[in-house]
Amino acid sequence: MSLAIDLATVWALIIAFAVFVYVVMDGFDLGLGILFPLFPAKADRDVVMNSVAPVWDGNETWLVLGGGGVMAAFPLAYAVLMPALYTPMIAMLIALVFRGVAFEFRWRAQGERNPWDLAFAGGSWLAALAQGVALGAILQGVKVEARHYAGGWWDWLTPFSILTGVSLVIGYALLGATWLVMKTEGRLRDRAYRLSWLLLFAMLGAIVAVSIATPLLHVQYTQRWFAWPNIIFTAPVPIAVAAVTVLLLRALANKYDYQPFFLSLALFALSYAGLGISMYPFIVPQSITIWQAAAPPNSQIFLLFGVSVLIPLILGYTAWAYWVFRGKVRPESGYH
Amino acid sequence: MFEGWDAVTLARAQFAFTMSFHIVFPSFSIGLASYLAVLEARWLLTGREVFLNLFNYWLKIFAIAFGMGVVSGIVMAYQFGTNWSAFADKTGPVIGPLMAYEVLTAFFLEAGFLGVMLFGLKLVGPRLHFLATLMVAIGTLISAFWILSSNSWMQTPAGYAVNADGQFVAADWLKVIFNPSFPYRLVHMVLAAYLTTALVVGAVGAFHLLRNPHLAGSRVMFSMAMWMATLVAPIQIIAGDQHGLNTLEHQPVKIMGMEGHYQSHPGGAPLILFGLPDQQEGKVKYALEIPKLGSLILKHSPDAPMPGLDTVPRENWPPVPITFWSFRIMVGMGFLMFGLGLFSLWCRWRGSLFDSRLLHVFAVLMGPAGFIAVLAGWITTETGRQPFTVYNLLRTSESASPLAAPAVGSSLLAFVIVYFVVYAAGVTYLLRLMAQPPHPGEVGPPHEMPTRTAGITPAIEGVSQ
Repeated sequence: MSLAIDLATVWALIIAFAVFVYVVMDGFDLGLGILFPLFPAKADRDVVMNSVAPVWDGNETWLVLGGGGVMAAFPLAYAVLMPALYTPMIAMLIALVFRGVAFEFRWRAQGERNPWDLAFAGGSWLAALAQGVALGAILQGVKVEARHYAGGWWDWLTPFSILTGVSLVIGYALLGATWLVMKTEGRLRDRAYRLSWLLLFAMLGAIVAVSIATPLLHVQYTQRWFAWPNIIFTAPVPIAVAAVTVLLLRALANKYDYQPFFLSLALFALSYAGLGISMYPFIVPQSITIWQAAAPPNSQIFLLFGVSVLIPLILGYTAWAYWVFRGKVRPESGYH
Repeated sequence: MFEGWDAVTLARAQFAFTMSFHIVFPSFSIGLASYLAVLEARWLLTGREVFLNLFNYWLKIFAIAFGMGVVSGIVMAYQFGTNWSAFADKTGPVIGPLMAYEVLTAFFLEAGFLGVMLFGLKLVGPRLHFLATLMVAIGTLISAFWILSSNSWMQTPAGYAVNADGQFVAADWLKVIFNPSFPYRLVHMVLAAYLTTALVVGAVGAFHLLRNPHLAGSRVMFSMAMWMATLVAPIQIIAGDQHGLNTLEHQPVKIMGMEGHYQSHPGGAPLILFGLPDQQEGKVKYALEIPKLGSLILKHSPDAPMPGLDTVPRENWPPVPITFWSFRIMVGMGFLMFGLGLFSLWCRWRGSLFDSRLLHVFAVLMGPAGFIAVLAGWITTETGRQPFTVYNLLRTSESASPLAAPAVGSSLLAFVIVYFVVYAAGVTYLLRLMAQPPHPGEVGPPHEMPTRTAGITPAIEGVSQ
């Protein structure tokens, strides 16, 4: 029994890791699409696309690992959450179709206005919004009866889920803007700097709003954060957010290349840790814990072998791919 | 909207629709990835520029087809949860790890090396670039391994137990992975992917040979594709026969559906060539049949008794009219491929491989045959498993999500609209690329091309005319 408990926690950490890597990697990737309408010049758009074209597919694979991992390790949670998040999930999938094909299609379209630029931007907006809404819907909890989702297909729609949806769009846009600071030069980079300032303040506003709204959802969240002695462990999170913000402001003011992106990631990591603090040990908040949802130990162990060998390997060759395409994307660089 | 509809039927329609659109692309990209690896290897070994040109030519096509396979594949991965949550809960402990292994061993490998394969030749040099191509090709095959293992487990479940929550759990992982139908299905599908690609490559080569019989690139690709058809089509027919015998052993009711055997034949079953299966009446009308041949093929004895669907409760019948016809379409395509292979061999022997207009027209017409056969084959095996998702153990009606019809119907409608828009565009772009002949100095995917406003540079357009 104690083995099963440890396994479930290990798997919760693995899933959390996979989802976080997804958010980090596809976050800036979607962010570029969100910012696309602000870069109307074709030359700029080509640079924006080329900065991520070699790696976008790998970024999105983490989403498949997150979904597949939950189905394998916590099948009950997968079975309850997917119907509960039906509409945002379908919206996200359709959005990802549009933005995914845009990477190749936009080079093939003929005519003045490229419809796949619109597909890329629209798809990125919708995918980010849907993911944020899904996050909010999970946090506010879903109706469960006897291993089934028991609510309707619009239960997810509340002011809170809209707030988390908009917040994620802002967050991804910040990652996208700071990514551009890192990867581009000249006019494009100046623009990305200005956007980063704006988006940083918007992101801080979103963090504050979600931090206030979450404890109001359930008394359990309030106790988790503010009850003694929990507060000793939870208080460092907002303090760290403040510290990272100061560093990020300084990095932007000094026009550093790399720091803004990585500090924005740190901001994401802290928000994500806050999310973990709120949810643990539930995988479907207020209804199903990670132990209740866990697949039998032999399924979790079987996959754990693969994960422990393959994830480091994957991180290795993914890092290599990023290294190959490192540095600034210059408008003329790829053209020999 | 969709109020009076049955949610399970809508969910099945959605699966059939999204799956049919998806499977076309992996079948093509599995074969094409291997073909690209062969082309690049031959370029590296011989230094002949024609192989590099062909590599770059097909790489552009691969980039589009692969992207479309990826985005439609993510839809499939999440559909298990959205529309089939009861199935996900009950089979997650068995199928979940298999699919997660597919992600870990195949999807990441493909995605991780795809960028270098598409855009990195000049950045990493030919050797490392070939390694990337090879990794992508191997990734597509590993992907086929895992997904066919999970599908086969649903067809011929093995190595499992059922726990207190009603979930399937693995008792023996090796038996789960290497379940009885898996080796046959894997061989059959990978060969199908190779044939599908060979037929597309052959059709494109033939199309350009018809316009200009002297272009080196067209000749090389046509010759390679025809070798593939000549060699693999007969192997595929044997593999398909073996797969059928395996199905007879483990899923005899599916064979009854494919053969249209509503009635039992204690003294030897006929081979029904054509006819109109009537599910209500339980018989094949206007049947054109050869006596005893069914038993001869399936049991290797003309008088061997063969039970029919009259020995099976009606609620367990597969939809015979579908499996009967889809099976015949697949087999028909297989024999046409075999015919193309033989014809090309004869032309090759006569020295008219690059001159026979008849062969070239035949090859162009056969371009889509692989896709048709793959779709028909999958329709046969998937509807032949009905009315179960896990054969004889979990009914399709007990696998669906607890969703109302309007939810499932709306998402189905959305997918239909989106797929028709996106796929119409994608197929147009693919055909437009294929309509260009491969020419000397072929460039790779567009990120390495000079800045331009349209997808096809005027220079390339000039060559084609």
